[in-house]
Amino acid sequence: MRELLTDIDRWQADGKRVAIARIIDIEGSGPRGAGAAMAVNQDGEVSGSVSGGCVESAVVSEALAILSGEQPSRVVTFGYSDDEAFAVGLTCGGIIHLFIQPLEW
Amino acid sequence: MNSYQTFSSHVRDNSPVALVTVIEGPHVGATMVVTPAGIVGGSLGNPDIDRIVARDALGELEAGRTSVRHYGPHGESTPEDLIDTETVRIFVESFSPPPLMWIFGAVDFTAALARVAKVLGYHVTVCDAREVFATRRRFPMADEVKVTWPTPMFTENGHRLSSRDAICILTHDPKFDVPAIQGALATSAGYIGVMGSRKTHAKRLERMAEVGITSAADLARIHSPIGLDLGGRTPEETAISIVGEIIATRTGRNASPLGASDGAIH
Repeated sequence: MRELLTDIDRWQADGKRVAIARIIDIEGSGPRGAGAAMAVNQDGEVSGSVSGGCVESAVVSEALAILSGEQPSRVVTFGYSDDEAFAVGLTCGGIIHLFIQPLEW
Repeated sequence: MNSYQTFSSHVRDNSPVALVTVIEGPHVGATMVVTPAGIVGGSLGNPDIDRIVARDALGELEAGRTSVRHYGPHGESTPEDLIDTETVRIFVESFSPPPLMWIFGAVDFTAALARVAKVLGYHVTVCDAREVFATRRRFPMADEVKVTWPTPMFTENGHRLSSRDAICILTHDPKFDVPAIQGALATSAGYIGVMGSRKTHAKRLERMAEVGITSAADLARIHSPIGLDLGGRTPEETAISIVGEIIATRTGRNASPLGASDGAIH
């Protein structure tokens, strides 16, 4: 999250709403550990990353749905991409659990 | 100041702070900011749970750990109390100050190493006794440049170094490197590397023995010649080989190609 602060501050100064997605847990192999974070503003601009590029675009959709109020703040899980349970996954076969919330605290 | 501003100012000042967020249960998304001084912003929605979680978050922060913890609605945390009750899941994320790297010797390798160390998130201090070399202009990427001898540097600041921190001694000057090694061995630094050819290293071992550095435990802590055998030559390639060794030392891996071995990567 440290590396996101400059972008978040700039977006907030411009009056943009911001959602943050943080890895809370990881099972098996994954490129980033707990605490890896990305921020998404209401225009879909992104700062940071939570994987090697495998799930970022899905995280943006989830974050925008949460910012617009279609979805509540919640834990979102991404797993094997060849498993029907998950639409989007990590090519390395791991499972990541993210918490996504609007930055309203 | 809102909780986010309180949190981000602590992160920017490199002072320890934990971000505590309800991820499941009542008040999902409620967030609290905890420092060694206690709760400095926000709430999880009820004073009981705030107090108990803040206590636990402080323990996590001291250990530099990030984890998900489970509680009852009023902060109950013993397993018996959690049976047949709604569970609150809480994400505790620790933000510890960055690890430190001290580089002794203001040479070309120093600039490259300082740049690479910054990429990895180190707080970098360059130290050399020669005023003309140890300048901010030569090392703009370093967080601090100190014109001083190793002994006073270690006497004044050595207690700040822990197992997360690294000391790289890049000077070849006998007046400088042996006192730096002596100082480094007196700290808890997790990595001590000393630059020099194999010949330089052999000669240095003799000078180290003269000042009483002979114990196997001390010698085992010193990585010399510094770095992994990548076959690189430039200051930048050397810097990569040094930080590669620092990472492998921390993780206890032998730094061979993954393609040449089996087993879990992480």
